[in-house]
Amino acid sequence: MNFHEPHIDYAGISPIVALSVGICVVLLSAVFKPLRKSAPLLTTIVLGATAGLLIWQWDDPKTLVTGALRLDDLAISISLIAILMAAFCVVLSLRERATEEAGSGEYHALLLGSVLGMVLLSQATNLVSFFVALEMLSIPLYILCATNLRREGSLESGLKYLIVGSVGSATLLYGMAFIYGGTGATNFAGIAEGIAQNGLDGDPLILIGIAMAAVGLAFKTSIAPFHQWTPDVYQGAPTPITAFMAVATKAAAFAVFLRFFDVALGSQLDSWQPALAALAAISIVVGNVGALGQDSLKRMLGYSGVAQAGYMLGGVVVLSDAGTSSLVFYLAAYAFMNLAAFAVIVGRERETVYGDDIRAVRGLGAERPLLAWPLTISMLALAGLPATAGFIGKLYLIEALVEGDYTWLAVFIAVGTMISLAYYLRVVAAMWMGTENEVVPGATPVIAGASPEADPVDPEAGRRWYIVGPALLASAATVFFGIIPQPLVEFASHAGASLFG
Amino acid sequence: MSSSILWTPLLFGLVGLFLPKKAVGWWAVLGTVVTLGLAIAVAIGFDGNSSGLQYAVDEPWISGLGVDYSLGVDGLNLFLILLTAVLWTGGVAFAAFREQDRPKTFYFLMLVAETATLGSFLAQDLLLFVLFFDLMLVPFYFLFGAWGHDRSAEGGLTASAATLKMIVYTLIGSLLMLVAAIATAVLAADGGHITFSIAALSEHGLSHGSQQWIFWFFAAAFLVKMPVFMLHGWMPDAYRAAPLPALAVFSGVLAKVGAYGFLRVVLPLFPDATVEFQEVILVIALASILYGSVMAFTQTNVRLIAGYSSVAQLGFITAGIFALSADGSDGAVLQMVNHGLVVAPLFVIVAILAERTGSEDIREMGGMALRAPVLAALFLIVALATLAMPGSANFIGEFYILNGLFQAKIVFAFIAISGVAMSAYYALRLYQQTMHNRKPEGLLSREIGLRDAVVLVPLVLCILGLALYPQLILERTAPTVQQTVAKVTGGEAPSARLAAQVSKMSRDEKAEVENGSLELIYKP
Repeated sequence: MNFHEPHIDYAGISPIVALSVGICVVLLSAVFKPLRKSAPLLTTIVLGATAGLLIWQWDDPKTLVTGALRLDDLAISISLIAILMAAFCVVLSLRERATEEAGSGEYHALLLGSVLGMVLLSQATNLVSFFVALEMLSIPLYILCATNLRREGSLESGLKYLIVGSVGSATLLYGMAFIYGGTGATNFAGIAEGIAQNGLDGDPLILIGIAMAAVGLAFKTSIAPFHQWTPDVYQGAPTPITAFMAVATKAAAFAVFLRFFDVALGSQLDSWQPALAALAAISIVVGNVGALGQDSLKRMLGYSGVAQAGYMLGGVVVLSDAGTSSLVFYLAAYAFMNLAAFAVIVGRERETVYGDDIRAVRGLGAERPLLAWPLTISMLALAGLPATAGFIGKLYLIEALVEGDYTWLAVFIAVGTMISLAYYLRVVAAMWMGTENEVVPGATPVIAGASPEADPVDPEAGRRWYIVGPALLASAATVFFGIIPQPLVEFASHAGASLFG
Repeated sequence: MSSSILWTPLLFGLVGLFLPKKAVGWWAVLGTVVTLGLAIAVAIGFDGNSSGLQYAVDEPWISGLGVDYSLGVDGLNLFLILLTAVLWTGGVAFAAFREQDRPKTFYFLMLVAETATLGSFLAQDLLLFVLFFDLMLVPFYFLFGAWGHDRSAEGGLTASAATLKMIVYTLIGSLLMLVAAIATAVLAADGGHITFSIAALSEHGLSHGSQQWIFWFFAAAFLVKMPVFMLHGWMPDAYRAAPLPALAVFSGVLAKVGAYGFLRVVLPLFPDATVEFQEVILVIALASILYGSVMAFTQTNVRLIAGYSSVAQLGFITAGIFALSADGSDGAVLQMVNHGLVVAPLFVIVAILAERTGSEDIREMGGMALRAPVLAALFLIVALATLAMPGSANFIGEFYILNGLFQAKIVFAFIAISGVAMSAYYALRLYQQTMHNRKPEGLLSREIGLRDAVVLVPLVLCILGLALYPQLILERTAPTVQQTVAKVTGGEAPSARLAAQVSKMSRDEKAEVENGSLELIYKP
């Protein structure tokens, strides 16, 4: 009997290998006492190595693991966004209560596990790898949300995310079963072929499958009306994790959204395109209206994330290179904008008694200009004002939408942006136009559901390098790519061209 | 050259952030003076006989999206750029003579605002124009909100609420404009290479149906910015909240960007829709003239009198543009500069008066002329210019506008004339109530200080200079304006549909417009 050694493209799977080895190393580091404090450093090294390996594979699309994965520029760009967010999450987690309570090694290993899920998900071209990667991404996050063990809110957040996330996954899996049942293939390309060959065009069972898959993915990307978990989970989770989750999960889920809908189900365009466009419109309205009047900054960013997901879904709807590119660009810009905001929230949570309440940033302009500027830039960018990456992102998306004959959705984006000004500018007004807080020295912060002995106040937290650094870096990038967007546009258009290439 | 004008203020603003607090005000003044010098140099080197772009810069900016960094100067924007540079110098100098709270940020924002405003005048790329148009608002949001006055005790709004209102109003227009701008480029490209160059876009006519909705998206942005009647809801609150140096440049220049947008973008790009909706816009313009004037009669707050008079004046300018004759538009450009030059000193005077009386209510003012003849004389010149006294450049401007309007729509012209009469009433009422009458108890009447005179006198000299020689503007604007208007009315119109529409124009109007534009354009 001849044994055929399968061809393994070691270069292609090297990022995945690096991450998997990294998880083990970081987890084991917790066992050895001298290494116990080095988990953040080790994690950063692993993330850096993975990023390096991914960049090495840039512009060299290839199919891996017998067609289950496809490493192309889209996958690489999405993975890089996820890695960037994870790296910043590591920095923001320094001195974070959650890392100490849950154990630094475990916390960081879980974070890497989630990143591995994202890297896999962005490459998935097969229903099985798709689902496995999605779970790989989600399960560590359920735990990470609950790592602030002494806070009721954190535990609630983890549990809520677990339940809602599982419902989403189950729905998705059910949908996949329908699609597999109809086409007999798990491979995305095979599904497209199966639909064409078996005459399943507009077949009700396939349509049910598509609808359920869309619902499942909508849960993950927090598209309304499947977004109800978002504000609660965002608010309860430790803030660095919220920052990571807000962008990276969206990025990875949108990558698979693109592949699954545009590649596997491209022929069913007529049935899903209007539905997704409607979901995007609903999301824009619900997210923006929901964010009005939120006092908790994390909740506000949660709702704003729902709206932003609506904008981004537009990039999936139009099914074009321009749409994909604009989505990647928007995700990258969104990463920078959100990072700056969350870094400031982390800092203020630790140094004031107000937690993530909007009162925590009142008078920030006079008190901590190095935090106030990043948060201001972030809010203006999220609102899509010019000279920020947010503006270029909207421009890119709207251009793709108008080209794809979805001008009405572009108008929705414009209308949504108007509503959003009210809550983004409220934060800006609080910083620059409000009165200063009296910080009670030594008082304990009141975070939603906190027990009194949680987080002691660090009145200097707003000056620490690991808070100010990420905030300044991310906001500088936001402005830089708003003025010189060309490098990021090229990065995104590479990714966009690779989806069908 | 265009680029250096554009970026000089921003550069000075950024450097100013690193200077000691005491020096930053004068550093900002230096920045505006350098910008003014550059603007004057451009004006001197400008070839008044050419209708094309001069000092043009055109580099690809975001090549993937078809956006170019494209700037240029022509007859439409030359004097608006000069106006911007003049008023900013005055406004910043006025602020520098006074103590400012958080001076570094204040002057930084003022200079960012100047760059953004210059950018919207200079931009020759539709998207760049939209970008600067939106960007203008950001520094003013902070200036009004953080340095503004809380009017909640007087039954008004707090500064931040008033500015939020302003932002939401104006951005509603501008965001729709963003969508409309992109739609214009995509539809004109028709699957080919997308470009946002205004010159290139005006070559490809859009279909009539697209022009109709895109026209209103742009019009919404411009009409809110001016503001016109019914879209002016943000104006009273914002004007009451604003710090006066910022308000002087805001009212003097930013309102004009809206009117300028019609000339730069709407007329050349959407000629069919312009002709179709001419009367609707004229009705709105007339309503603004009447409403603004009547409100200016009845207000007692000096800021609001100036604010509502701006509504009326902008109505005039809009009417001039939508007369769709070369005279009307030529007069509109002149009037934009004139109005900027009168309204900014008006706010400077208001600031001086308010500092002395501690109130901005004309009922609590009066008798100032007694001991302050120089201030009174300066104010009188400004007031007479506002009411378009024959001999002032405003008179010439209004004359051109009315002349254009008479040729195009005689009924509208008759109604617009009433606005001229009413402007005399509110301008003189403002002057009388503050300068004459009995002096209230405890009011300090003293002569204008040297510091304020340094700001005010040059501005008033500009008014006088233009009164003596309005041709300075008219000559240089005429070639570009003629070309722009000819695109709408003349044979150069891009689509056959337009030709049909022009031919359908009532009675002998068409012939009249064409003859008129040939005959009545000012020739030195």
